[in-house]
Amino acid sequence: MTDAKISIATTSLAGCFGCHMSFLDMDERLVTLLEHVEFNRSPLTDIKHCGPCDIGLVEGGLCNAENVQVLREFRANCKILVAVGACAINGGVPAMRNYFDLHECLEEVYLNGIGVNNPQIPNDVELPLLLDKVRPLSDVVRVDYYLPGCPPSADDFLQLLGPLLEGKQPIFPRNTFHYD
Amino acid sequence: MNPCIQAPTNSASPHLLHILYALQQQYRHISAESINQVAASLDLPVSQVAAVVEFYAFFSREPCGRYHLLLSNCTSCGYLAGDTNLLLALSQRMGVNPGKTRADGLVSLGETSCIGLCDQGAALLVNSVPLVARDLDRVEQMAQLITTETPLAHWPDEWFCIQNRIPKPGLLLQHRWDAGAGLRAALLCGVTETLARIQQSGLRGRGGAGFNTGTKWQSCLAAPGAAHYVICNADEGEPGTFKDRVLLQHHADTMVEGMTLCAFVIGAEKGFVYLRGEYRYLLPHLQAVLAQRRQSGLLGACILGQREFNFDIELVVGAGAYICGEESALIESLEGKPGIPRVRPPFPVTQGYLGQPTVVNNVETFIAAAHIACRGSAWFAAVGTAASTGSKILSISGDCQSPGIYEYPFGVCVQQVLDDCGADQVQAVQVGGPSGTLLGKDAFNRALGFEDLSTGGSFLIFGQQRDLLTVNRNFARFFAHESCGFCTPCRVGTQLLKNGLDKIIEGNATPADVDEITRLGLLVNHRSHCGLGQTAANHLLQGLAHFPAAVTQRLTQADFTPQFDLDAALEAARQITQRDDADAHLDN
Amino acid sequence: MQKTNPTIHVDGQEIPFKVGQTIMDAALAAKVYIPHLCHYPGLTPHGNCKLCMVDIGNKNVTACTTAAVAGQQIRNNTETLNAARKTVTQMLFIEGDHICPSCEKTGNCKLQAMAYYLGMLDNHFPQFYPRREMDASHATILLDRSRCILCDLCVRASREVDGKNVFAIAGRSTNAHLIVNSPSGKLGDSNIQTDDLAAHICPVGAILIKEQGYDVPIGQRIYDQQTIRDVGLNEAIPEKQGNHHD
Ligand SMILES: Cc1cc2nc3c(=O)[nH]c(=O)nc-3n(C[C@H](O)[C@H](O)[C@H](O)COP(=O)(O)O)c2cc1C
Ligand code: SF4
Ligand code: SF4
Ligand code: SF4
Repeated sequence: MTDAKISIATTSLAGCFGCHMSFLDMDERLVTLLEHVEFNRSPLTDIKHCGPCDIGLVEGGLCNAENVQVLREFRANCKILVAVGACAINGGVPAMRNYFDLHECLEEVYLNGIGVNNPQIPNDVELPLLLDKVRPLSDVVRVDYYLPGCPPSADDFLQLLGPLLEGKQPIFPRNTFHYD
Repeated sequence: MNPCIQAPTNSASPHLLHILYALQQQYRHISAESINQVAASLDLPVSQVAAVVEFYAFFSREPCGRYHLLLSNCTSCGYLAGDTNLLLALSQRMGVNPGKTRADGLVSLGETSCIGLCDQGAALLVNSVPLVARDLDRVEQMAQLITTETPLAHWPDEWFCIQNRIPKPGLLLQHRWDAGAGLRAALLCGVTETLARIQQSGLRGRGGAGFNTGTKWQSCLAAPGAAHYVICNADEGEPGTFKDRVLLQHHADTMVEGMTLCAFVIGAEKGFVYLRGEYRYLLPHLQAVLAQRRQSGLLGACILGQREFNFDIELVVGAGAYICGEESALIESLEGKPGIPRVRPPFPVTQGYLGQPTVVNNVETFIAAAHIACRGSAWFAAVGTAASTGSKILSISGDCQSPGIYEYPFGVCVQQVLDDCGADQVQAVQVGGPSGTLLGKDAFNRALGFEDLSTGGSFLIFGQQRDLLTVNRNFARFFAHESCGFCTPCRVGTQLLKNGLDKIIEGNATPADVDEITRLGLLVNHRSHCGLGQTAANHLLQGLAHFPAAVTQRLTQADFTPQFDLDAALEAARQITQRDDADAHLDN
Repeated sequence: MQKTNPTIHVDGQEIPFKVGQTIMDAALAAKVYIPHLCHYPGLTPHGNCKLCMVDIGNKNVTACTTAAVAGQQIRNNTETLNAARKTVTQMLFIEGDHICPSCEKTGNCKLQAMAYYLGMLDNHFPQFYPRREMDASHATILLDRSRCILCDLCVRASREVDGKNVFAIAGRSTNAHLIVNSPSGKLGDSNIQTDDLAAHICPVGAILIKEQGYDVPIGQRIYDQQTIRDVGLNEAIPEKQGNHHD
């Protein structure tokens, strides 16, 4: 490993931040990691836009236009892009809305649902517009690696990052990963 | 003559498919209640009847219109065969989207796979009756007749008139047929000698696979069973094939004689003709042929006065499923089930209809057998090549001056055929239909025959002006639609191939997508259960190999393109929120 | 004279078989694993999932439906075949809706376990997002068609073991779907019972017993402890529990 630190950006799109939490489960191993790594855009740094990076870790799938834009920013700036977790890989739990049409979902949530006050579907231009379906990352950009799990464990993250930091291909031994 | 005036009925045979057809005609759909009633009356599980209804394209659970229009989507007799998109025209004229029934129930519109009118021009089924749509003018006239609710019987007769063109009769088609001649010859020389004639003739199956007919009959004869059966495969579903249609119209007697000879050899008392639903209009004619033969003592009990020789034939009409041309799927369909190919072995010759030894042969094969029985094996074997004796009847259509039926000695080369039918400026020929072989100019010297270009008879010609990739997409849709759904590689793979071709045609595909579709095509071909899946990617793989420019000129050089239309994916939300600002759009 | 058993070779390993056995039967008896999803020892093999594809010379066949013949040289656990199997598994995933984190079957699911076994990290193909009907009409059994892989095991188990005929597969191409043999088409109106094999044999989370989904916590389930290979080598139709009989 060279002295120059490897830069990593992370983000959560249509996810639950569970993957990020799991990343933090590395606990004291984070300290060692940080000797080799610096964070670019990430919930951990509050940097708003992703600059040129070595590795992008993207949690969550794509449920709206903003997700697509952020993902494209990551793809444009990260040498290696990793889809982290079930939602990034195949849409995950948010994709359960794909069983219904978008208008059915919105009407249920904002118009007809139990306990709705002042029923109206929000249409503020500040709000990102929803895609008709929740999609995995690989439908929109080229993804270099996949880290399955809901969430992947801290060990899984290390298993991925260890080799990547050394410029090697990460290999996931069969039966160590899981989808749940 | 306008076939709907004859109102063909199926009262002769209480086959499940016929009962369902009658219900479909009467109520324009098959309701849950009907399914329960049919199940009860035939003592079948409800699920079996429901599974059959949902398998065949000509049955529907939702009501169709009083005029139900199914346009062929074949490259030769389809709605895109001419200059205008007739489906689109009809859809706009009648105010109904394809796949839907108009709210007032007057008309419903849809597509169907090739209906075997490739020599006639763009064609469709109107309430199951085939009609040549020809051009926009006629479509407009049709639309008026529908709007005024004119009964089909009062539509112009010539629209239903299917004129058969046989520009080149050969070995089989040029001979006059003397009903009973083959049977009399067979009775004279006995079973062993009759079988020997078929074997020595070298006759191989004309349905496409080319299995030796004598060997098939011999194996069936040798197979133990409580009963033996003869089945004539008249399902002719390969797009571009219509020779069986013409043969059934003009040579049905010979075909029935061939079946009867087979019955004589293998010891069968019962046979079936499995007729594709698209050819239902031939039913009265076939019934008449059978009746005539019964009257002449050539069919039924004590054939030609022989007390031991009893054989009769039932006509069963399919309901829109290409896969039922596959012999084991055909047998399943005959047994009143969805047409899902069986695991083979065991082959039908040992375990076919009702688990009993069964011969399945193509219409043309039986006709050849009948001729061989009376004219001898040498007569037949003198024509053709060593490995492919006799003649092959081709259905020629597409970009040529004289489409129609051509009969050639095996061994004829493609260029010769093209010259005879008036095809110049030819870009490509698809021999054997979508499941067959795509040939470019440099291969027009290849010969038809089992040793080189094996074919069931479809011969589709594509001129210079055709976009071959559109042809590929047409074929890909055909397979995706006709896959029986049994095995994973074909069920899912044909769908993915279709989607992949769409992406290329829309100009969104990258070179990596082409590698991907190639890998997928190989997997579908290698790993599918039956002949449908095993040939479903041929056209694509051959197209990529022989006409790479058709694909490469369409590719974007981006290293990745999205798998769906991003901006379109926001349309629903734009409508709901009434937004159209910059952030309400995405570049693709 | 004593006859030696005829043998086949799977990836070079010599395996004895009895005449009438399939390649799958012989391999399983010898504890050689050939991946499979739609096969279950004791039920009539069907050959639709195509996971058990093996190569013999330049022919390829499904091990579960192909008779063992003395001298066959069979390739099974090869890189090519496992790659093709992975693709087929991915096809099964994208054809239905498989959101494992929200599925009661997770950890006990054979499709998922097969994906683990074959090293499948992503779905690879764009998903189809089918709309398939859910049937919650039965008091104790749930049918969620969105996860059905059309393996036909429930159909065969019902016919061959339960002596009923509760299920069938209808429709063709990607419209193929599971139907229930009852006048309403609903499971609640069928004669299925909770202890029928058909209610338990589903390899995925399409047929589920209600209110048991989380008895065993995620992380402690079958394929959290074992691979599908380990399980597949030791499978047989279980004796019926309970006092139900027919
Ligand atoms: C998907 C598929 C469709 C087929 N369609 C037909 C058909 O329409 N007519 C036909 O005679 N054979 C068809 N065949 C071939 C039959 O399975 C069978 O080989 C043939 O009927 C045997 O008759 P033959 O030996 O006289 O050719 C088809 C095969 C497959 C795999
Ligand atoms: S290859 Fe296609 S048509 Fe043949 S059994 Fe498989 S799914 Fe059915
Ligand atoms: S059925 Fe299996 S693969 Fe599908 S969602 Fe459930 S656990 Fe996952
Ligand atoms: S419900 Fe389950 S067992 Fe039945 S066919 Fe579907 S996946 Fe197979």
